[in-house]
Amino acid sequence: MSGPRHYPEPYRGGAAALAHVRDAIVPALVEAFGDGVEPMETPFDQPQVRVAPDKLEPVARWLKERGFNMLVDVGGVDYLPRTPRFEVVYHLLALPQLWRLRLRVPVEEAQPEVPTVSHLWPAADPAEREVWDLFGIRFAGHPNLTRILMPDDWVGHPLRKDYPLQGPRAGLPAHAADRNRYHAPKLPGHPPGTTGLPGGAKGGK
Amino acid sequence: MSQVIRSGDYDLDLQELQIDGEGDRMTLSVGPHHPSTHGVLRVVLEIEGERIVKATPEIGFLHTGIEKTAEHLTWTQAITVIDRMDYLAPMSNNLGYVLAVEKLLGIEVPARARIVRVLLTELQRIASHLVWLGTTALDIGSQSVLMYAFDLREGILDLFEEVAGARMHQSYFRVGGLAQDIPEGFEDQVRRFLDRVPERMREIRAILDENPIWLDRLKGVGAISADKAIALGVTGPNLRACGVPYDVRKAFPYAGYDEFEFDVPVAENGDCYDRYIVRVEEIMESYRICRQALARLPGGPVVVDDRKIVLPPKPEVRESMEALIHHFKLVSYGFDVPAGEVYQALESPRGEIGFYVVSNGKNKPWRVRVRGPAFYNTFAMPAMMEGALLADMVAIIASVDPVFGEVDR
Repeated sequence: MSGPRHYPEPYRGGAAALAHVRDAIVPALVEAFGDGVEPMETPFDQPQVRVAPDKLEPVARWLKERGFNMLVDVGGVDYLPRTPRFEVVYHLLALPQLWRLRLRVPVEEAQPEVPTVSHLWPAADPAEREVWDLFGIRFAGHPNLTRILMPDDWVGHPLRKDYPLQGPRAGLPAHAADRNRYHAPKLPGHPPGTTGLPGGAKGGK
Repeated sequence: MSQVIRSGDYDLDLQELQIDGEGDRMTLSVGPHHPSTHGVLRVVLEIEGERIVKATPEIGFLHTGIEKTAEHLTWTQAITVIDRMDYLAPMSNNLGYVLAVEKLLGIEVPARARIVRVLLTELQRIASHLVWLGTTALDIGSQSVLMYAFDLREGILDLFEEVAGARMHQSYFRVGGLAQDIPEGFEDQVRRFLDRVPERMREIRAILDENPIWLDRLKGVGAISADKAIALGVTGPNLRACGVPYDVRKAFPYAGYDEFEFDVPVAENGDCYDRYIVRVEEIMESYRICRQALARLPGGPVVVDDRKIVLPPKPEVRESMEALIHHFKLVSYGFDVPAGEVYQALESPRGEIGFYVVSNGKNKPWRVRVRGPAFYNTFAMPAMMEGALLADMVAIIASVDPVFGEVDR
């Protein structure tokens, strides 16, 4: 091995950066967008704002132009039975400033759609597909909004709270049980019920 | 001329993947069961001769619904499924999850538990990088490195077995501390293991560093620029290979990492060789952290003194009615966590793993969203592959170090 190496100084000072986001960037954002952005309290020093779905695209563009160059994550949360039922959560990070900001976008059950941000951050492309796949929230303008984790022909969106962990598929269309079955090979003499039965049914009932 | 690719000959009307080609362009489907994909990844390649024009990763073959399952388990039980995401670094997963829950609860673990957590997480990083090193070398054509690396990793798994009873999926970190104290003599075992590390790394690097095949296959292959990597959400060694010194341990210190002295290895070119260099250097930095952790390991309890969260010691349960009630309540119902949401980021061997945990005040998590670093790294592969040779695809997939338990969750 060669001698000691000299590396560039790593990025440091996340705590001070978070304070800067809370005290400077969030107020500026609220001022620029008025009603579309609602500041929220910052639990555990993690700044967050609530963004109306129709304002998401301009807000995201505004933030990207000011340094938030990494979209860390896009995730969904189902708050059933609250209305609006869903929330899409964006975690943004600015390198090297180490600013972090969380955008929380409420989504109505009747119209589960938010604009895509994949043209701003390509990282959103697979992440938004996952939110669509597991929550059924559409991303308007996404170039390829297809299922990513579940099979292409799956019926239903598994991370919704009314999608059962197992048991009868209440609330799913009638053809779901037939379509979503597990394609296990049927072995001769194999007892029925352990494989290949729809709806998570178990043998021995 | 267009071609139609089907996922397989099932009795399903699978959505057909339509790719328009022209001239000599052809499509090639690699995986999901291909030895070089490090798991179950399918990559649909469009190639012109030997050049890759377009690459489309397809994932989901290992989707096990861990996020859904976790919502139906108590806060403590969920640790066991969180383990099983990144099966090469379960300790890192555990640490992120328990830190998030501890933040919601507003508790701080004792110093001994904190240092043991750092020690084991860094051992886990060494183990994970060794698996990466061995399998990558195997892909590139050096079989002996696999044996050297796995032999060293075996020592780490033995240590894990010693503390937790399991070699993988230890579930050793618990909300409020550790499952149990480290056994007697464990520190000496770790020291004996650590004594082997520098020598073995020298041996491995002696095989690889000046090996012309290794250099030819990795140098200048699969390069990605820093801006592109940031835009694609690449983190961890893959990002640091592009020259971005972002390490969550330094940027947003957690679990007391700010007390430790270590460097963050960074390279410049963002190619496969730099990703190799960053990881092997990281092994030695983790080695430094382990040494420091051993030197400053204090005595004292390994769990918080709160019977509403941590199980009482077994002898006490046999004597005290109150302890018995606490034990019963914790085992059957668990504990409530105040409502709220928290994002806990930490540096796993693959990059920034983030836990966005939402609680509604009950004994089960309302939502555990996991930001898997390998998920985003996998979707950065096309940017590295396009324009490369078909044979380089193997090196690129290997160098990115995807773990599909975490990609698909």
